[in-house]
Amino acid sequence: MGKIIELKKVNKWFDKFQVLKDIDLDVAPQEKIVICGPSGSGKSTLIRCINRLEEHQEGNIIVDGTELAENTKNIEKIRAEVGMVFQQFNLFPHLSILDNCTLAPIWVKKLPKKEAEELAMKNLTRVQIDDQALKFPGQLSGGQQQRAAIARALCMEPKIMLFDEPTSALDPEMIKEVLDVMVDLAKGGMTMIVVTHEMGFAKEVADCMIFMDEGKIVEKAKTKEFFENPKSDRTKLFLSQIL
Amino acid sequence: MNLIAKPSKENIKTYVPIGFSLVSLSILDVFANAFFNLNLMAFLPSQLSYLLPLILGFIGFYLIRIEFSGVRSLDILNKNINSNNFNAVLTLFTIFIIIKSIPPMLDWFILEANFVGNSKDDCTGDGACWVFIKVWFNRFMYGLYPNAEQWRINTAFLILFTVVGVSFFVAERLKKYFILFLVFVFPFLGIKLISGGSFGLEYVESAAWGGLSLTFIISAFAILFCFPIGVILALGRRSSLPAIKYISIGFIELWRGVPLITVLFMSAVMFPMFLPDGTFIDKLIRVLIAITLFEAAYMAEVVRGGLQALPKGQYEAAKSLGMGYWRMNALIILPQALKLVIPGIANTLLALVKDTPLIFVVGLMELAGMIGLAKTNPKWLGMAMEGYVFAGLVFWIICYAMSRYSQNLEKKLSTER
Repeated sequence: MGKIIELKKVNKWFDKFQVLKDIDLDVAPQEKIVICGPSGSGKSTLIRCINRLEEHQEGNIIVDGTELAENTKNIEKIRAEVGMVFQQFNLFPHLSILDNCTLAPIWVKKLPKKEAEELAMKNLTRVQIDDQALKFPGQLSGGQQQRAAIARALCMEPKIMLFDEPTSALDPEMIKEVLDVMVDLAKGGMTMIVVTHEMGFAKEVADCMIFMDEGKIVEKAKTKEFFENPKSDRTKLFLSQIL
Repeated sequence: MNLIAKPSKENIKTYVPIGFSLVSLSILDVFANAFFNLNLMAFLPSQLSYLLPLILGFIGFYLIRIEFSGVRSLDILNKNINSNNFNAVLTLFTIFIIIKSIPPMLDWFILEANFVGNSKDDCTGDGACWVFIKVWFNRFMYGLYPNAEQWRINTAFLILFTVVGVSFFVAERLKKYFILFLVFVFPFLGIKLISGGSFGLEYVESAAWGGLSLTFIISAFAILFCFPIGVILALGRRSSLPAIKYISIGFIELWRGVPLITVLFMSAVMFPMFLPDGTFIDKLIRVLIAITLFEAAYMAEVVRGGLQALPKGQYEAAKSLGMGYWRMNALIILPQALKLVIPGIANTLLALVKDTPLIFVVGLMELAGMIGLAKTNPKWLGMAMEGYVFAGLVFWIICYAMSRYSQNLEKKLSTER
């Protein structure tokens, strides 16, 4: 199987503090990976390095055949192919939900307005908030906002989707509606890397689990193996607390 | 006050009518005194007759101060202007001062003022000499611009106001053409029309421009140019490229640190010395550039405040959708940041308009400058008061209109409900 994302010996420091230590990771097309671990373990930083919201200092990150480095043009091309969903939604509050979704397709992918709107409505229907299209983000509930953010990312028709704790800022009763959308997306064959503590979701969709601690990948295993027979003691301890 | 029962709901029927009568009486006394020069309390010793309105009003307010009276209007009144003894006294004083100051103001502005005539000698009344404004009105509006050519200024402003007026009523999709016309075409068209020199129009040098029309011209051009320059400087100051960052900081701090009057002097007196012989830049243009750059530095800091108020997530979301620096700023960051700082922008632009009179230091006479000139005319000495009241009124109207516009804009752009 080919690799759509390849990380080789990636190291990253915030000043003197090392947040990522020798990270090696290969992701195949259509693979779903869930990353878990205690806070401060570097999992968010890791996926933010994949679309270069954070810069790494050592090692190579290759996304869809393009190496991420200083060259700006490449980075914008990569970012257009990699969708990202944030913990805090980060919708654009000055634009309606529909405009949130059409803005980047129109200005970055140069889609005609009409096509962009059709695409947006298709994706909003997919996340089941097509009836909210003309409202502003401030008028929507947290769950609806996060689904809108997913639709916005999908409108760029990305090859890879990154999720940075997408349900952590939500009320418990809204978590399910967002996870349902993500499960649907996974079944559609999207390549996904998800940072989350929702282990039910992980068991359902993940091909592969990664456990991180102190900037290192402590354990990487097939999902079934990971939950039934974790190898390291640190993973066991973490799972015993979270499950 | 133990002799009488504390005002309460039980005695509301007697206390409130008495209280209101006392307050009315006290106001009536001051009113009669102010407007008709009558002293209703003349039968009392003089000190007491001065204090009596205050005492009556105070007792009256005390009597009507009934908590939870059940009468809505009374509760509102008590809560707002009569919540305790001190506030009651303040209320009375405020009412008295307003009543007392109306007659002299009315006299000066209208009743004793002089409206007819052509010279100072026609001003025989005690009030304002509005004849001064009337005679000089043309100069106050057009400066030393030749009378025969003033239709050009009128036409330019007529076009401006018509286009702006029409733009409020046209369909949303046509609006951008109106705005493009107003920003990129009209300013140069208007200036050409006013300065002349081609199309068979007589050339009128900028030294002859003046009055309120010059106030408008300078304000409009400075606002038009200082805004984009300010935005660029604000972005520059937050740039990650050190050269751009430090040039922006240097520029902003240099211009903010110098008084406008100094900048204007420099532009008029020193700047030409640095130019090669034979080159000549019109004084008005030099002044315009100076004011524009000066205000741009302030604008930059206002805009930067807005940029800093945006959460980091907005930048990250824009980047994650593949937007580059310019698209991110133009589509996501600036629309939000500018909306946040509309009050600050309005502040800066109002200050700009009110700073225009300073151009007198380089010999240009806008409205206040022309008034300054007119009041030193030997035939019109002593007209400073009328002139500056007029200038104040005109500036207030302009600035208040701008302020209202900015408030409307803020409401219109608000997406939080």
